[in-house]
Amino acid sequence: MINTVLFVVLLTGSTGLVNSGSVSNYYTRVLILCGINMILALSLNIATGYLGQLPLGHAGFMALGAYTSAIFMRGVTVSPDAVFPLGILIGGMTAAFVGFLIGIPALRLKGDYLAIITLGFGEIIRVVLLNIDSVLGFKLTYGAASLKNIPKTTNFFNTFLCVAVTCFVIHTIMKSRHGRAILSIRDNEIAAEACGINTTYYKTFGFTLSAFFAGVAGALYAGYLGVISPAAFGFMKSIEILVTVVLGGMGSMIGSIISATVLTALPELLRAFSQYRMIAYSLLLIVVMIFKPTGLMGSYDFSLSTLLSKLGGKPKPKPLPEKEDEPHE
Amino acid sequence: MSKLVPVPSRGMVPERDAASPPVLETLHLGIDFGGLVAVDDFNLLIGRTEISGLIGPNGAGKTTVFNLLTNVYKPTRGTIILGDKDTAGMNTSQVCRAGIARTFQNIRLFKDMTVAENVMVGLHHDITYHILGAVLRTPRYWRDEKKARERALDMLSIFNMQDMGDIKAGALPYGAQRRLEIVRALATKPLILLLDEPAAGMNPSETAELMENITKIRDTYQIAILLIEHDMKLVMGICEGIAVLNYGKIIAKGTPDEISSNPAVIEAYLGKKEA
Repeated sequence: MINTVLFVVLLTGSTGLVNSGSVSNYYTRVLILCGINMILALSLNIATGYLGQLPLGHAGFMALGAYTSAIFMRGVTVSPDAVFPLGILIGGMTAAFVGFLIGIPALRLKGDYLAIITLGFGEIIRVVLLNIDSVLGFKLTYGAASLKNIPKTTNFFNTFLCVAVTCFVIHTIMKSRHGRAILSIRDNEIAAEACGINTTYYKTFGFTLSAFFAGVAGALYAGYLGVISPAAFGFMKSIEILVTVVLGGMGSMIGSIISATVLTALPELLRAFSQYRMIAYSLLLIVVMIFKPTGLMGSYDFSLSTLLSKLGGKPKPKPLPEKEDEPHE
Repeated sequence: MSKLVPVPSRGMVPERDAASPPVLETLHLGIDFGGLVAVDDFNLLIGRTEISGLIGPNGAGKTTVFNLLTNVYKPTRGTIILGDKDTAGMNTSQVCRAGIARTFQNIRLFKDMTVAENVMVGLHHDITYHILGAVLRTPRYWRDEKKARERALDMLSIFNMQDMGDIKAGALPYGAQRRLEIVRALATKPLILLLDEPAAGMNPSETAELMENITKIRDTYQIAILLIEHDMKLVMGICEGIAVLNYGKIIAKGTPDEISSNPAVIEAYLGKKEA
C-alpha cells in the first residue's frame, strides 16, 4: 500500500521535474540509460541470482527485443507514442519466445556448459541480425549499416514505469510458491526435484522471464537511441550486464539497481578524466570483489515495510520478516 | 511391535497391515553401472504402515536402492510398484508426487531459505494459486500463503521446531538440519518415507529421541517408513521388518530377532569363522 503511494508520488514528482526542465536534457538521458540498465540487470538477476545459472547471451535477448520493437515501430503509421507500450510488449514477447526455445535444450546443461551454449546462442542472434537481409532478399534489419529512423519514443516517464513494473513483477513472483521453487533449484537441484518440484519447468520459466525483461530493455533502448546495429549487442554487452549483477550481489534486486546506476553514472561522471575513466571503472570492480566478494548488497533485499517497522521502533516479532513488501523502486 | 505375516503375493508385512495392500513392492529390481552389477534381484514388500530397515556393509548398494526407488537412476531390470502404480517412466518429481519422499545421507537443505520456506517448498503442490495470482496479489494468494505457512509451522512442531520458522536453514545446528529434512519430506504428503541414515552424526540421546519421533511420525501420518541405518540399536529397536543387502543382493529378510541371529548376516558383517 505504502509502496503504491510512494510510487505514484515519485513518478509524478520526478516526471514533473524532468518535464519542467529543472533536470537538464543531458541528465535525463543518463537517467533513462540508468533505467534501461536496471531492467537488464534485474532480468539477468533472475537467471543468475535466483535460478543459479550462468547464461552469457543476455545481450542476444536484448537485441531481439530492440529489433522486433524497432521494426514494429517503424512500420506503424499512427502516433508512435501511443503504440509504444505495444512495441515494448512485442519486443519482450519475442525475446521471451526465443528464450523459451533456447532454454529447453540449454538448461539441460549446467555451469560452464550452460555458459558456453548461451554464449553461442547470443552470438547466433547477433550474426543472424547482421546477415538476415541477404537471405530474405529485402531490407529488414539493414545489417551492419544499422537500423535507423526508429521513432524516439523512450522518455523518462515510460522508462520509470517499466523499471517499476519489472521490480514489481519479479518481486511478487519471487515471494510466491513459484519463486520458492526457483530458489530451491538454486540451493539444491536434487533436493528440489525430490520435493516434487518440476525443475525443468521452473528453469525454463525463469529463463523465459529473464529473456522477456531483457527484450523490454532492448525495446526501450531502441526507442532511446533511434539507431541500432548488431555490434551493440555483442558478447561484451552480455559481460557488462553480468558484471552489473555480480557487483550488485547475486539475488539482490536492490543490489542490481544500485550497481546499474553506479556503473552507468560513473563513466559519465568521469568524463572530465576521459583517459582514466575505464581504469577507475576497473579499479572499482577489483576493489569491490576483494572486499565484498558477494557483491555490494550480498543477497540482501530492501523492504520498505521492514525499514519502517525498524524506524518506528516497533519490536520485530521474528528475526526475519515473514513477508516483505515490494522493494522501493 | 507386531508379528510379520505373509501376504498373498510374495513377502511378509506386519500383522496390522495384512488387510490392506502393500504400499511398495519391488520385483527383481536391478541396475548395472557399466559392467558392475550394483543391485540385483532386489525384491522388497513394505506394508501400509510398516517401519522397515535396509542394512548392509558399506558399499552394499543401499543408497543405490533409494536412488532406484525415487527414479534418480533408471533401473536396468525389474519393476517398482507404488500402491497400484508402476513408477517406470516417471521422473523424480513425479515419483515424489506419487508418494515417495526421501531424505539424503549428506543433508540437502535449501540453505539460503528459511526453515519455514524449506517446508513450504515441500508443500508446493498443496498450494494451488496461479502465477498471475501471485503477481496480482489476489486474496487467494494471501490466504494460501498464510495457510501454507501455518501448516509448515504446525508440521515443524513434531520436532518442537515451530519457533525456528524464520531462521535460515543453513544456520541450524546439525541435528536440527536432519530433522528439518524429514519435515520437508513429510510435507510432500508421502505414502512412504525413505530415510537415508537419519541418525548419522547424532549422539545417543539424540538417537533415542529420533527413534521415538520416527514411530510418532508413523502413528500420526499413518505412512510407511523405510530407513537405511548403521546404528543397530535404532534399527533393531524400531524396525518391524529388516532387509540385509550385501554386494547388491538381499542376503536375509525378516524380523529383528531373525536377522540378528542369521548366520549369513553375521558373516557379511564380521566375516567367516575360521574352520
